[in-house]
Amino acid sequence: MSAGRGSGEDAGGLAINAEGLVRRFGDNVAVDGVDLRVAPGEIYGFLGPNGAGKTTTIRMLATLLRPDSGTARVFGHDVVREADAVRGRVSLTGQFASVDEDLTGLENLVLVARLLGHSRAQSRVRARELLDAFGLTEAAGRQVKKYSGGMRRRLDIAASIVVTPDLIFLDEPTAGLDPRSRNQVWDIVRALSAGGTRVLLTTQYLDEADQLADRIAVIDHGRVIAEGTPGELKASVGSGALHVRLRDPEGRPEAERVLSQALGLPVRLESDPAAITARVSDAERVAHALAELARSGVAVTDFALGQPSLDEVFLALTGRPVENDEANDEEDAA
Amino acid sequence: MTTPATSAQPIRESALRSALSSRVRPPRPNALSASLTFGWRALLKIKHVPEQLFDVTAFPIMFTLMFTYLFGGALAGSTGEYLQFLLPGILVQTVVFITIYTGFGLNTDITKGVFDRFRSLPIWRPAALVGALLGDVARYTMASTMVVVLGLILGFRPAGGVAGVLLSVALLLVFSFSLSWIWTALGLILRTPNSVMGVSMMVLFPLTFVSNIFVDPQTMPSWLQAVVGANPISHLVTAVRGLMDGTVTAGQIGWVLLASGALVAVFGPLTMYLYRNKK
Repeated sequence: MSAGRGSGEDAGGLAINAEGLVRRFGDNVAVDGVDLRVAPGEIYGFLGPNGAGKTTTIRMLATLLRPDSGTARVFGHDVVREADAVRGRVSLTGQFASVDEDLTGLENLVLVARLLGHSRAQSRVRARELLDAFGLTEAAGRQVKKYSGGMRRRLDIAASIVVTPDLIFLDEPTAGLDPRSRNQVWDIVRALSAGGTRVLLTTQYLDEADQLADRIAVIDHGRVIAEGTPGELKASVGSGALHVRLRDPEGRPEAERVLSQALGLPVRLESDPAAITARVSDAERVAHALAELARSGVAVTDFALGQPSLDEVFLALTGRPVENDEANDEEDAA
Repeated sequence: MTTPATSAQPIRESALRSALSSRVRPPRPNALSASLTFGWRALLKIKHVPEQLFDVTAFPIMFTLMFTYLFGGALAGSTGEYLQFLLPGILVQTVVFITIYTGFGLNTDITKGVFDRFRSLPIWRPAALVGALLGDVARYTMASTMVVVLGLILGFRPAGGVAGVLLSVALLLVFSFSLSWIWTALGLILRTPNSVMGVSMMVLFPLTFVSNIFVDPQTMPSWLQAVVGANPISHLVTAVRGLMDGTVTAGQIGWVLLASGALVAVFGPLTMYLYRNKK
């Protein structure tokens, strides 16, 4: 299990240690001073909207792009000066399937296996083994352009682990996949991690980061704006949120007044005319507020006290909801 | 259809675990082996997309027939005599034109993202490009064969014999391989495959037509003769023609080899620089 561990690790035992990474594209500063410390043995999530700088950061760590300034070491190897040593230990699965569409699934894997130094015979054995493991045996002889999105993504990940890497970068591994395919990719990610491969994945799905990652860096406008376990991030915005649904939308102004007074906090009116949400830090005050609401005579059909979602975390950190930053899509074009 | 059934094929936990447990890291392949693997990929693409052979089969036939019969009578008195003059030239034009697809193919690879994978592998860096070019050399060979065989059928009789023809094709392949590095550089600079195509066409049209491929430059105004004389394609045609006629000089061959070397020396490193720093 720990075959890859312990060898060539950074002095501090870090899988990734990046300091002050900066990368510009023309006037656009895609990555604006990212610091990153990823300990071995964890699935690390990079969470942020489109254009936040996730892809650019990953490409620098995978030696595909030189940083304009700052340094990054992967397993103690500098990504610029010792790029080949880094390449020997990591794999990248890009945002757009990095497989050859004209070739069959089998040929793609044999190609990568040959390029990594396997003999012709070994290459075929390894390719078959991976196709089997990823549920692609039946599609082995078919051109990749005829694959579904989920199959293509699985093949792409398979190509990244022809030689099981010590660290794998997955750039939005489930973007555009249906829920079934997404769950399959999640299973693969968990299996990879269990097998001793460190995983750094980017995602715009808060749910995905929450499900998979041991630690998360929230990135926005090229900077890491928060870092921690999913639990820590949630705790940083309070204990949760109170969601209330009224029987009658007309009672909402009254309910809003009562709740904000009882909680001592402003509440949020949802687009649903009968719904109100309030961020709360203290469960006792919630009980009090609900009692106040009942006394005021506003009829409530439903209420729930939830853990804050990462959506709310993002809102709390940036003051705006998660949205794709269309004006800043340089890294998608790259 | 089989598609739904296939995508429903489940991932088996045990197979997944055993596939991931293998941590064998074979020794790195050497530069030649990596390049040949990429050459194999190019041949696989020909196998899967045979339509792309259109340019190395139909094109040469069309060119040879068209120019022989359109211009032959007017330019040389008879098509048979013109063919004797034209064939080495049209061979050069055909193959030189096909080199465009090198840049086109490379740019397509880049836009589709598969190059990210190649660039992140610990292999000899130029291998992907050299391999692609080796695959292209196979295509150039095919095109050359088409033109020469068609020429022989139409009545072309090279005085240089079999050896002369083979050597002339070999020389042409060396030059085309070298020329292709210009297109690989272009393929890395320009944004879309089509713009690569457009720019290379713009370069190659004047280069091939303002040359000694179709007519003897003696008939041209003196300023144009100077241009034709300076055109590298003219030198290549002269050498190829010389080899086929058995009248070639060492100087003519030397010029082509020197030009080829210069092309690789300039555009090889330039391409590799662009390749390394591609974003």
